[in-house]
Amino acid sequence: MPLELFLDLYSPPCRAVYIFARKNGIPFELRPVELGRGEHLKPEFLKVNPLGKVPALKDGNFLLAESVAILLYLSRKYRAATHWYPTELQARARVDEYLAWQHTAVQLPACNVYLCKSLLPHFSGQPVDPVRLDRLLGKLKPALQHLDGQVLATKPFLATEQLSLADLMAFTELMQPTAVGCDIFQDWPQLAAWRARVEAALGPELVQDAHRLVLQPRDPRDAQRDPKLAQELVQRLLERLS
Amino acid sequence: MGLELYLDLLSQPCRAVYIFAKKNGIPFELRPVELLKGMMFPVFLGEQVPPETLASTLAELDRCLQLLEDKFLKDQDFVAGPHISVADLVAITELMHPVSAGCQVFKSRPKLAAWRQRVEAEVGKDLFQEAHAAVMKVKDLPPADPAIKEKLKPSVQGLLQ
Repeated sequence: MPLELFLDLYSPPCRAVYIFARKNGIPFELRPVELGRGEHLKPEFLKVNPLGKVPALKDGNFLLAESVAILLYLSRKYRAATHWYPTELQARARVDEYLAWQHTAVQLPACNVYLCKSLLPHFSGQPVDPVRLDRLLGKLKPALQHLDGQVLATKPFLATEQLSLADLMAFTELMQPTAVGCDIFQDWPQLAAWRARVEAALGPELVQDAHRLVLQPRDPRDAQRDPKLAQELVQRLLERLS
Repeated sequence: MGLELYLDLLSQPCRAVYIFAKKNGIPFELRPVELLKGMMFPVFLGEQVPPETLASTLAELDRCLQLLEDKFLKDQDFVAGPHISVADLVAITELMHPVSAGCQVFKSRPKLAAWRQRVEAEVGKDLFQEAHAAVMKVKDLPPADPAIKEKLKPSVQGLLQ
């Protein structure tokens, strides 16, 4: 049984894992988990990841959660090129630093913007709340300011002189609000230039393929398919975004 | 110039780094950083936390503790397997934080309590107590100076949201 990757390409960490596996020619079976249908909360998936989150990995009997851990596992097992996760002590530390910081500093606020702009309106049938959106964009701003003004002022990529796991994670995260109409790159020239470099390094077709789902407008009929689930998701979203 | 560690021992991640460096005999200069001049909320604000906030925060903590037990600890001695690792250091310093605020996280959880004993024994009781001395004293401190309170109140409230 080859490696199984449990992914929903709506999720940025899933896209990072997907792009990494494809780019490095890692053979795997894609096991789609539709978050919009609550599949991550069902017993079959909870057997794979009791935390109820994607991405998840199954390698024979070995189960692994957490996108960063999964990326590191894949890069070690399949001996990915060293630019992804450098062997030199301080270069590696820079990648580690970004990967640790980004969970709460980038992923959380970027995801919240996306939830407010896309998922909440989709499941509630209500228009986007501009006040809430503005507040949430404000929470993302310090990270963007730091990346644009400090990190990218002195080098072309986020951790080292070359593309690394840090750039891959950041790219898929920052594409999330951007893909649904909140272009977070527009006010930050260094970040915009960095984005173009990352896309070129990963390959435009692979990037497009990974982002196809999130770039499509959602079909309103999907939300009405299971009104009870939609209501539950709206409740959770409102709690999270308040 | 050797290694310098900028730490505030009131901060959980700082304690993990401190314990790790000392336990492994890593030579370093400690550069103390005082984040809140020794004050913690709600002691800091000198006010009671609204019951709803406290209830939902505790519920979230409880959920996390359950996951820690079921997904990470399971039947193992330590969080990542049979031996102590940095994962245990990070976890224990985080959990000592609500304990320092008077929240008995280990009381109703014998599995976690046993794990805590094991980690303390591996780290060494003296080093463990030393790292947690500052934060354990916090609940006995008087409320903060009113001027500092007013200045820091918005960021404290922001953190609780």
